[in-house]
Amino acid sequence: MTYVADVLALTRKDLRVELRGRDTLPAMLLFVLSTLVVFHFAIPDDAGDNAAYGLLWVAIVFTALLGLARAWVPEQEHGVLDGLVLAPCDRSAIWLGKTLATLVFLLAAQAVALPAFVLFFEPLDATAIAGVLLADIGICAVGSLLSAMAAASRARELLLPLLVLPLSIPLIVGGVGAAVSPDGERFLLFLVLYDAVFAVLSWASFEYVVTE
Amino acid sequence: MGLALVLALIVAPEDADQGVSQRIFYIHVPIALTAYFCFGLGAVKALLLLWRGDERYDLESYVAIHQGTIFGALTLITGAIWAKASWGVWWTWSSNQLVLFLVLFLFYCAYFMLRFSLEEGPRRARSSAVYALFGVALIPVSFLAIRLAEDFIHPTVFTREGPQMSGSMFATFVVSWGAVTLLAYVLYRVELAGKRLDADLRELREALQ
Repeated sequence: MTYVADVLALTRKDLRVELRGRDTLPAMLLFVLSTLVVFHFAIPDDAGDNAAYGLLWVAIVFTALLGLARAWVPEQEHGVLDGLVLAPCDRSAIWLGKTLATLVFLLAAQAVALPAFVLFFEPLDATAIAGVLLADIGICAVGSLLSAMAAASRARELLLPLLVLPLSIPLIVGGVGAAVSPDGERFLLFLVLYDAVFAVLSWASFEYVVTE
Repeated sequence: MGLALVLALIVAPEDADQGVSQRIFYIHVPIALTAYFCFGLGAVKALLLLWRGDERYDLESYVAIHQGTIFGALTLITGAIWAKASWGVWWTWSSNQLVLFLVLFLFYCAYFMLRFSLEEGPRRARSSAVYALFGVALIPVSFLAIRLAEDFIHPTVFTREGPQMSGSMFATFVVSWGAVTLLAYVLYRVELAGKRLDADLRELREALQ
């Protein structure tokens, strides 16, 4: 039970930091809305309805990247990560706490972005929304680990998209498939598989990334 | 390698459907398989590093992935040539294997970016190792993703009933595969020796100062 308590305490800490500083979430919201408006001008009128779904996924991935790039900044600035690593808790709890906090930010951004997408472009059915939720889990799980790696490097924010984008290609396949394919459940199953594989891998390997 | 080239270019019978362009198959496929093998080797060494904590595996993992990326780039080039010869275009998104290699190539290029922007030390070794492990998990997952996303135009040579080619073609293929694997192994040893020499030299220089 202490593990769950540790994770929740860390998530709560991140949410409280965000609530006081408002560094990340407003930027994500504004970014995703501006991107959708840009897409209206980027898609030609005769491009077909499905093109919009593809662009929605580009917007989602880049919004997540924006959130992930900021994920470890407070820890970096105040040397909190060293303290957390020394704290008597399982290190993977740090990863899980950060993943949950990033997931909350991403879901909050999408709570605005998805209705806006329906308003501006195409309707979304339940399968498409389930695809978005499953892909969110995957991208936050992998992204919070890779973001910790990138935060320790010299290149920092520059490096993160390079690390995350190749790994997010299967998520985009799953998400777009769930939105456009008549056989969407197959893609949802694939997303569940991806989430399971990479969440376990990230959970198991986080300790190696943050310890000196 | 020379024997493989002779066999591939002269001895093996021409493919009835694709003609002379099919001969690049004897280079393209062994290179691709070798690249997979190198990525796999890099991941095994990465796992050993995380498990045993021996610094030696860091360099071995890095060199294996370096070789894998070189062979991956060669796969993309030979694949593009074959695509041009048999389908008339340099690049086609309907070829699952090529798309997979492009994804992997991007992924492993990011590996080098990560490695070279971290401070040298055990933390860099472990971060690189974790990323290398993500790579081998990405191979089957991306493959599945690309299969799901694309239609099936690429010729599938190996099926469950065994290889779909005649005896002499198969023999040529095996010799080519052996030759390319040997080449990769020699390159791996040479690069590893060079990198080790480099590290030793640096240690010596630091000791002298």
